[in-house]
Amino acid sequence: MSGPGYGDRGNNDRSIVNPQGAGELGSHPGTGHAMDTGSAFLIGDSMTGGYGSGPDILHDCTVSVNRGEIAVIVGPNGAGKSTAMKAVFGMLDLHQGSVRLDGEDITDLTPQDRVVKGMGFVPQTNNIFPSLTVEENLEMGAFIRRDDFRDTMDQVFDLFPILKDKRNQPAGELSGGQRQQVAVGRALMTQPKVLMLDEPTAGVSPIVMDELFDRIIEVSRTGIPILMVEQNARQALEIADRGYVLVQGRNAYTGTGKQLLADPEVRRSFLGG
Amino acid sequence: MNESLKNTALFLLVAVLIVITGVSQSWNAALLILNMGLVSAIMAIGVNLQWGFAGLFNVGVMGFVALGGLAVVLVSTDPVSEGWSAGGWQILLGLVLGAATITAAVLAYGRLPKGRTRALAVLAILVVGFFVYRAVFDPGVEAVEAINPAGAGNIGGLGLPVLLAWPAGGLLAAGAAWLIGKTALGLRSDYLAIATMGIAEIIIAVMKNEDWLARGVKNVVGLPRPLPYEIDLQNDAGFVASAANLGLDPVTASTLYVKLGYSLLFLVVLLMLLWMAQMALKSPWGRMMRAIRDNEIAAEAMGKDVTRRHLQVFVLGSAICGMAGAMMTTLDGQLTPGTYQPLRFTFLIWVMVIVGGSGNNFGAILGAMLIWFLWVQVEPIGLWLMQVITAGLPDGSALKAHLIDSAAHMRLLTMGVLLLVVLRFSPRGLIPEK
Amino acid sequence: MDFLNAIVALANFVIIPAVAYGSQLALGALGVTLIYGILRFSNFAHGDTMAFGTMVTILVTWWLQAQGITLGPLPTALLALPFGILGCMALLLLTDKLVYRFYREQKAKPMILVIVSTGVMFIMNGLVRLIIGPDDQRFADGERFIITAREFKQMTGLQEGLALKTTQGITVVTAVVVVALLFWFLNRTRTGKSMRAYSDNEDLALLSGINPERVVTYTWLIVAALATVAGTLYGLDKSYKPFVYFQLLLPIFASAIVGGLGSPIGAIAGGFVIAFSEVTITYAWKKVLGYLMPDSLAPDGLVQLLSTDYKFAVSFVILLIVLLFRPTGLFGGKSA
Repeated sequence: MSGPGYGDRGNNDRSIVNPQGAGELGSHPGTGHAMDTGSAFLIGDSMTGGYGSGPDILHDCTVSVNRGEIAVIVGPNGAGKSTAMKAVFGMLDLHQGSVRLDGEDITDLTPQDRVVKGMGFVPQTNNIFPSLTVEENLEMGAFIRRDDFRDTMDQVFDLFPILKDKRNQPAGELSGGQRQQVAVGRALMTQPKVLMLDEPTAGVSPIVMDELFDRIIEVSRTGIPILMVEQNARQALEIADRGYVLVQGRNAYTGTGKQLLADPEVRRSFLGG
Repeated sequence: MNESLKNTALFLLVAVLIVITGVSQSWNAALLILNMGLVSAIMAIGVNLQWGFAGLFNVGVMGFVALGGLAVVLVSTDPVSEGWSAGGWQILLGLVLGAATITAAVLAYGRLPKGRTRALAVLAILVVGFFVYRAVFDPGVEAVEAINPAGAGNIGGLGLPVLLAWPAGGLLAAGAAWLIGKTALGLRSDYLAIATMGIAEIIIAVMKNEDWLARGVKNVVGLPRPLPYEIDLQNDAGFVASAANLGLDPVTASTLYVKLGYSLLFLVVLLMLLWMAQMALKSPWGRMMRAIRDNEIAAEAMGKDVTRRHLQVFVLGSAICGMAGAMMTTLDGQLTPGTYQPLRFTFLIWVMVIVGGSGNNFGAILGAMLIWFLWVQVEPIGLWLMQVITAGLPDGSALKAHLIDSAAHMRLLTMGVLLLVVLRFSPRGLIPEK
Repeated sequence: MDFLNAIVALANFVIIPAVAYGSQLALGALGVTLIYGILRFSNFAHGDTMAFGTMVTILVTWWLQAQGITLGPLPTALLALPFGILGCMALLLLTDKLVYRFYREQKAKPMILVIVSTGVMFIMNGLVRLIIGPDDQRFADGERFIITAREFKQMTGLQEGLALKTTQGITVVTAVVVVALLFWFLNRTRTGKSMRAYSDNEDLALLSGINPERVVTYTWLIVAALATVAGTLYGLDKSYKPFVYFQLLLPIFASAIVGGLGSPIGAIAGGFVIAFSEVTITYAWKKVLGYLMPDSLAPDGLVQLLSTDYKFAVSFVILLIVLLFRPTGLFGGKSA
């Protein structure tokens, strides 16, 4: 459909107009703003793929995050947000595209190897060890480290003071928001070069959600780039340096958080006006 | 290779194996294998109904088979009138009281409001009921068991034709299965396994220890049979003459005649059950069963009462096992509770079903015949093997004696290896489910 | 005095045997529960694993006895126990490599693993019978009693004797040591914690860099040790017969489930619950009640609730009650 006012007003009488062969190829170069993915710290580049031999879920989808930034993937339900995240982490069968971390191609690495390379991943559900204490959860996060991780644990306790109080309590007994903090803390224990969060605020109350966002900003301030998927698009975009709106597994809109929040199309379609 | 051709070839292979046994060892041995193979095939159909169709893991096959055996005693032996007059009715009364106690406890649990009162009431009912039950039951048992303990000491049976014991065995097993299923189904699948395993042990314990019922470990021998006795045949001039016509001596002819008779009877039952199982498999009921097995949650969401269906198939499968148990005891002519072993009567049937092909009735039958053949023949083969291995050792060496002695235990090892090999390389069995 | 006599009789016939039996069950159930937690299936071969480990211990014990090596008052089997454990470890690791690993790689459903374990059960059962035969074997030596009933009567002047068998004492001491070691390992060491983590959340354990094959290997090693110790203690206390070990599967599973499958503490609690119920329900209370009640009320019968032949029924009924009213077990295991 062309712009407002230039439509055919429902008139499709073939005897008076001939739409055939009129050409539909519009010229839409560029995004209108520079995103400089060339220097992206972590990038899932033009990813196409799905689970096993099933249908493709992602279509030429690109997500990336720069040093010191928060990048957020938003979009409607079933848009493939979490799938894009999983693809970046190596949990999807990609047919095309590549994943690069700090310039190195890691497309063929297993998720475990990506952890070793410096990626921290917090799954959406089942992201803690419920019968282990908070402290043991953090210890298990540092499992691959052979050096002394006490400093890191102290840093995590500084970031999430509540965890220090509950360090000897089984993580499964904590509240939803506290569990998410344990999950993020666990991922931080490897001292990752980049942190990936899959819907960290799913299922928590609005107050807890605000607190979690604050914590995420704090983590980001320590210099770790964060790539996250969020259901609460508006709040997420507010803290995002870079935002991706995915629709049906494709990049629909890309821009800084502010740009996307200001974009009337995005507002109308995804932010509820 | 064409599928039905392959399947026919497999069945032919079993037939050839049995014929080879007949030629090389004796036809009596071959028919013995055939008969027990047919009974095993029926058990396998029962287990296949539960596992293949519905995915229920029943490790209490032994218990149901034993109940079938018990049914033969209870139906076909003559009643011991002294036993009944001494305490038989009292025992029955005791059992009724026991059942009433449990029913009352269950009812009280269901009716009373939750709380301490309920717990105390249920406990009180159980305790009082238990002592009343023991007070009535124990003297009755004592009185019955005191009567001619060397020959009877039990209440006997109904004195009905033994063939009636077969469906009766199925009914008895079905009743027990209903009780177990009612409590254990709906729990997780591993739990059903443990529950059935436990109940099987308890059934065997009851049969071993309740002498008033079927004489316990003193065994009941000389059960009536549906076919003539060999000795009568040998005294029958007409039979001897026709045997002579076939070039057989009367003794061999009579044993073969009786065994063949059993084979025919068993074959009729097997074919009937196979036909019914096949119809069930193809019916909407069978399709629903498999739908539940493949996706319980979806089936439940579609409004299927999964637990109820599972109960149905569990009771049916167990009834078939009970029937097979009754047939087996009839074939043996005696009930010996001490010989029921879970490896032989539960897990071996499982090997049969898995090797044959879970979910396929023909597979179950093939597996049963094949595995039973191996179970019987592995022992002589193992002995022969051991003799070959130890041929170089001097006679009288301890190792040689030990190895030859232990050949008897080769069968368990072989069955385990066979099961693992099939699971690994052909997990769907010899004749897979369609 | 009658009261004291009653207590002593109770201790002698109920408490001591039940504590010993409970320790043996607890050790067995710990093995079952560990496999359930880490490998996620109910191992039907566990009884025969115990039988195998015990068999190796017995063979080594006989060899030691033939060499004239004994432990004096203690059973020689304690000296042979480490060899039994090593033998059992070798067998379990081999089984894992040849059998179970394949199904793990296939991500087979736990039910398939249960069936596979019945195949393993056949093989182990066959192996044990091939090597040592199906008969009863005695291998206990050393002092039979720590305190005999007669000594106790002389010491206290009571009418009732209290006998404490060496094997009962050893059972309890060994069980305490083994359980303490196990809990120290699971709660204090890095590997132990990684095992608990793997049992909690397999995916996250993988993401944390925990090597599943290593966890599985450690599990089998621990299970081998637990099974051999449990089996040897049971064999010393009662007697060694392969088929009895197979039958132990039922009370052991009952203990593990009653306590909550996957929960080590639950396995121990379950073991004692089952053992105490079995012993108290099949014990003839005539003697104890005779002391406690006035002569006129003393019971005539044995006051035995169930004959010992029905001890399986006891574990079974307790199992059912727990499953019906608290399906996750007393200590809330993994299963619902």
